[in-house]
Amino acid sequence: MTTDTTAVACTGLSYRFGDTKAVDGLDLTVAEGEVFGLLGPNGAGKTTAIRCITTLLPVPAGMVRVFGHDTGRERMAVRRLLGYVPQQLSADSGLTGRENVELFARVFDVPRRERAARVAEALAAVGLADAADRLAGTYSGGMVRRLELAQALVSAPRLLILDEPTIGLDPIARTGVWDQIDSVRAATGMTVLVTTHYMDEADQHCDRVGLMHRGRIRALGTPDELRRGLAERQGTEALPTLEDVFRDVAGSGLDDRSGGFRDVRSTRRTANRVG
Amino acid sequence: MSEAPAAPPTESAEGTGTSLLLTPPRPRSGWRLLPARVVAMCAVELQKLRHDRTELYTRAIQPALWLLIFGQTFTRIRAIPTGGIPYIDYLAPGIIAQSAMFIAIFYGIQIIWERDAGVLNKLLVTPTPRSALITGKAFAAGVKSLIQAVVVIVIAAILGVSLTWNPLKLLGVGLAVVLASAFFSCLSMSIAGIVLSRDRLMGIGQAITMPLFFGSNALYPVAIMPGWLQVVSRINPLSYQVDALRGLLLGTPAHLGLDFGVLAVAAALGITAASALLGRLAR
Repeated sequence: MTTDTTAVACTGLSYRFGDTKAVDGLDLTVAEGEVFGLLGPNGAGKTTAIRCITTLLPVPAGMVRVFGHDTGRERMAVRRLLGYVPQQLSADSGLTGRENVELFARVFDVPRRERAARVAEALAAVGLADAADRLAGTYSGGMVRRLELAQALVSAPRLLILDEPTIGLDPIARTGVWDQIDSVRAATGMTVLVTTHYMDEADQHCDRVGLMHRGRIRALGTPDELRRGLAERQGTEALPTLEDVFRDVAGSGLDDRSGGFRDVRSTRRTANRVG
Repeated sequence: MSEAPAAPPTESAEGTGTSLLLTPPRPRSGWRLLPARVVAMCAVELQKLRHDRTELYTRAIQPALWLLIFGQTFTRIRAIPTGGIPYIDYLAPGIIAQSAMFIAIFYGIQIIWERDAGVLNKLLVTPTPRSALITGKAFAAGVKSLIQAVVVIVIAAILGVSLTWNPLKLLGVGLAVVLASAFFSCLSMSIAGIVLSRDRLMGIGQAITMPLFFGSNALYPVAIMPGWLQVVSRINPLSYQVDALRGLLLGTPAHLGLDFGVLAVAAALGITAASALLGRLAR
């Protein structure tokens, strides 16, 4: 199952915070080159799964592999392959756009002679060439997201991981961010792993999706397959939406664990900063 | 460009291609990684200071007041035995050390802020070992404190304190300031790793900075302290920093070997402790 062209392979991944099992036996394979969407409500375990894959949370050896490298044993090798954009707006507002990208060029060991050119290319790729020397604090929410994308791209990652990239953005900015992701992927062919709770976005932009609920994948396939599957089970003519599919696999009791206080607070904080 | 892109770059309208973005940079290996990360963190600190100098000015006020009011008053009172030099001269190295410590103690609050903002997580997903990240931050605190030290030295010189201008001795002053700031920033980041919240850390920060300051030889010689305070002063790295600064800047008798030894060991221990506790902030 796991070959060199498998970007991410999780086998029986579990992670608990105290008594809460945030991720509970997750099995997941992301193929090289695809855009994979990890979907689910707040508190489904998406962010915890992402943090295990990015080496932020310690996992035992054998549970997660990124392009064949074990995240438990070969952290540095895994990190060199990753571009990561966390849920919060994480650009440094006290630095210019260019300086923000430059920092990531430095910590990924871009040699000095090609640093300026590489940083300029990353900024141009997300359409921030003209705003590059303004402080990031003056950027709009959508611009900050694009800047973070440039920060992730400057090291030429093989796997781009985006945690709720469109959270709190207005519909136009959301489309803008997705257009950017699509064009970056077309230009570089990199694998993209994205989490979102906007089912319509996943339907439109993801090659395959995994519906996550209570720490596990409950349904997996292309958006089309999942919708057709539900239509067959229900014997309906009209094609249901991904949201219908999700309601079907998650069953009742969607509300009782949808996001702790801290989740909701951090989500709101991000939404506030995006404006 | 041996590997052709899957599709031609779509952003050619911007005027630049994405050719460089298709090749990952070659990893720096072994011993060259740590200095590179330290340089990266220090560069960020200097860039931020260049954009916003407010902190530089506001942080100059307190040491200026200490020297101007406390220093000048106690110079007249002559209550504190200073070994024959004017009290304001005696005080100046203590105030340099104090203002550097106040800057460094702020780093714990900053790292929690960076955790909340996602900046820390993003740095932790780069090929940067935790110890290298902490060492980078520690030296960034040192660079910032160094600038502050220059400001205080200039203020002291304006107030008529007779300091040395021997470049070698000033280099030693810089080294002492950097090492001590590395220790105090790591102390603060270690506490951040234990308490995990900004509110709690601010309380603790307030609670420890004054005892560290008063429980040192910054304001008065160790000899006139009560016995228990002498013990506090002896285990307080700030005392060793002040002793070194006084010896170098004023030429008073000092134990430079011991001072630099203690400061170097304290900085190394601080970096070790803060690196070990950093993982708690990533969770």
